[in-house]
Amino acid sequence: MSYFLRILAYILLTIVAVVSLFPLYWLFNTALTPASSTVKLPPDLIPVNATLDNFDAILRASGVAKIPIPGSDEPWRVPRLYLWFVNTAFITLFSTAIHVLFDSMAGYAFAKRKFPGSNVLFVMILAALMIPAQVTLVPLYLLITQWKLVNTFAGVILPGLADVIGIFLLKQYIQTLPTELEEAARIDGASEWLIFTKIILPLTTPALAVTAIFSFQRYWNSFLWPLIVLQSPDLFTLQVGLSFIHTSEFGTNYGLLMAGAALAAIPMIIFFFAFQKYFMQGLRIGAIKG
Amino acid sequence: MSITIAPHPSLVHRIVKFWHKHKWSYFFIAPSMILFFIFVAFPVAQAFVLAFHQVDLRSSSWVGLKNFQDLGSSKLFWSTMQHTLIYAVCVVAAWITSSLVVAALIQPLSNKIQSLYRGAFYLPNVTSIVIIALVWIWIFEPDYGFFNYLLTLIGLPKVLWLQNPDIALWSIVLSTILIVPGSGVVLYSAAMGAIPREYYEASDVEGANGLQKLLHITFPLLKPTTLYLTVIYTIAGFQIFERVYIMTGGGPINSTTTIVQLIFQTAFSDFNYGRASAQALILFAIIATFSFIQFKFLSTDVEY
Repeated sequence: MSYFLRILAYILLTIVAVVSLFPLYWLFNTALTPASSTVKLPPDLIPVNATLDNFDAILRASGVAKIPIPGSDEPWRVPRLYLWFVNTAFITLFSTAIHVLFDSMAGYAFAKRKFPGSNVLFVMILAALMIPAQVTLVPLYLLITQWKLVNTFAGVILPGLADVIGIFLLKQYIQTLPTELEEAARIDGASEWLIFTKIILPLTTPALAVTAIFSFQRYWNSFLWPLIVLQSPDLFTLQVGLSFIHTSEFGTNYGLLMAGAALAAIPMIIFFFAFQKYFMQGLRIGAIKG
Repeated sequence: MSITIAPHPSLVHRIVKFWHKHKWSYFFIAPSMILFFIFVAFPVAQAFVLAFHQVDLRSSSWVGLKNFQDLGSSKLFWSTMQHTLIYAVCVVAAWITSSLVVAALIQPLSNKIQSLYRGAFYLPNVTSIVIIALVWIWIFEPDYGFFNYLLTLIGLPKVLWLQNPDIALWSIVLSTILIVPGSGVVLYSAAMGAIPREYYEASDVEGANGLQKLLHITFPLLKPTTLYLTVIYTIAGFQIFERVYIMTGGGPINSTTTIVQLIFQTAFSDFNYGRASAQALILFAIIATFSFIQFKFLSTDVEY
């Protein structure tokens, strides 16, 4: 390609990239700009008077949670935003760990083991891949209500643990592994659990990483289900908490809102840069197997 | 006489043998399958039942197709379908085009710079839609928002991006299509990288120009990727919720309601579980159609 065309490609790409990244940039720019400067024209295009005031403001706006301390009359007062972080992290990490374990177990069984019923069950999983989550929204809510799990973490976590995509992805991956190692270990008298954990899992690491990463992203960003299940602000996740502040009296204080949004976005952004390779790999695995 | 009343020994033997042979297989699938039946299979079946019922807090009664008939005669439902369709069509068309163009542009660059651009285009996709939607409310803000600032710079009147019922839906579309989808860039870029050099060399020998190569080699070989992306973007488009819920809540005057927003409202504001299930089944039918197309045309593996 000629030199001129190459320069043109760079310019065009950079313009498109700048537009694509602009909302994220504007988020951080506004979060760092003093509140008084978010209601003036022209706006500050870069945070010239950078300040963390908005972060203090969002901590206050999120309200105070009073956590009882055993043996003390005085409860521990903590800004709710901190709780939202802890809640989100707990729900995300717990669900991701369970997904990786259960999905790899089922994926292994479907890929490598012949047992009566495996075809029927796998076809059911394939069929479930086509069903949008919204179909089960009302039935799951009724179930959670019946089990008295409304407004609990169990209510948020449990329905999500059935993960058809992860099972499908891991089955497809484990299928491509050679069978000889497994059989050799079996002849040597290794237990089935040992074969799974010491032979299958280490070979499955790339697919496990992809499952973990997508599940992490899904839970960290999940909104609709926690919004339905959770009612007390102390139990909110970050996404639900942000939407809660957005509809509160602070909803038009954009400096404060952007500070909250920035705090919620930062862990996911760090996570992305740390595992970028697996994000890209995961996309391709998903696409190849449709 | 040797009549035995005990169970047939070979049957017991077979059960024991079966158990020994398969117990580990069932152990491995049990956790997932139990969760699957409780939280997927059973609720899906129940959604079908609910859709044909009038459900109150206390009772529920069979009403046949009434929920669907009510939807058919509901103006709100049809305008909701229309909004969702407009959104999905615009987003699919824009995303396929923009990711194809970006992938084609980064193709000749060095590997390092390619992956830098891929990362840049993927980054906005990892942030939650709730966060992205909050930023867009701020960008669309009438008095101090960035877009109206840009308009005043070039001497145009301010626009009520999210407050004007004639514009709000298009603003939501705009907020979506301005961001190039990272997944499309990554997949197109991988597909282009996998096209054998010889194809282009052969066409050079025959004197093909750049455009001819694009039309006769690149595009046809990208067809599986295009089909796959079209299907997943269509499905994602029809499922739009957070963006609408946060940015407009379906308003002003229901000008931006989408199917999932409507399901949410019907179920959790009106508590009409039967009708909400009927709406969800209609969404299911739409999405199943597209998934079916994907399975039918992509049953052969696409190799990169």
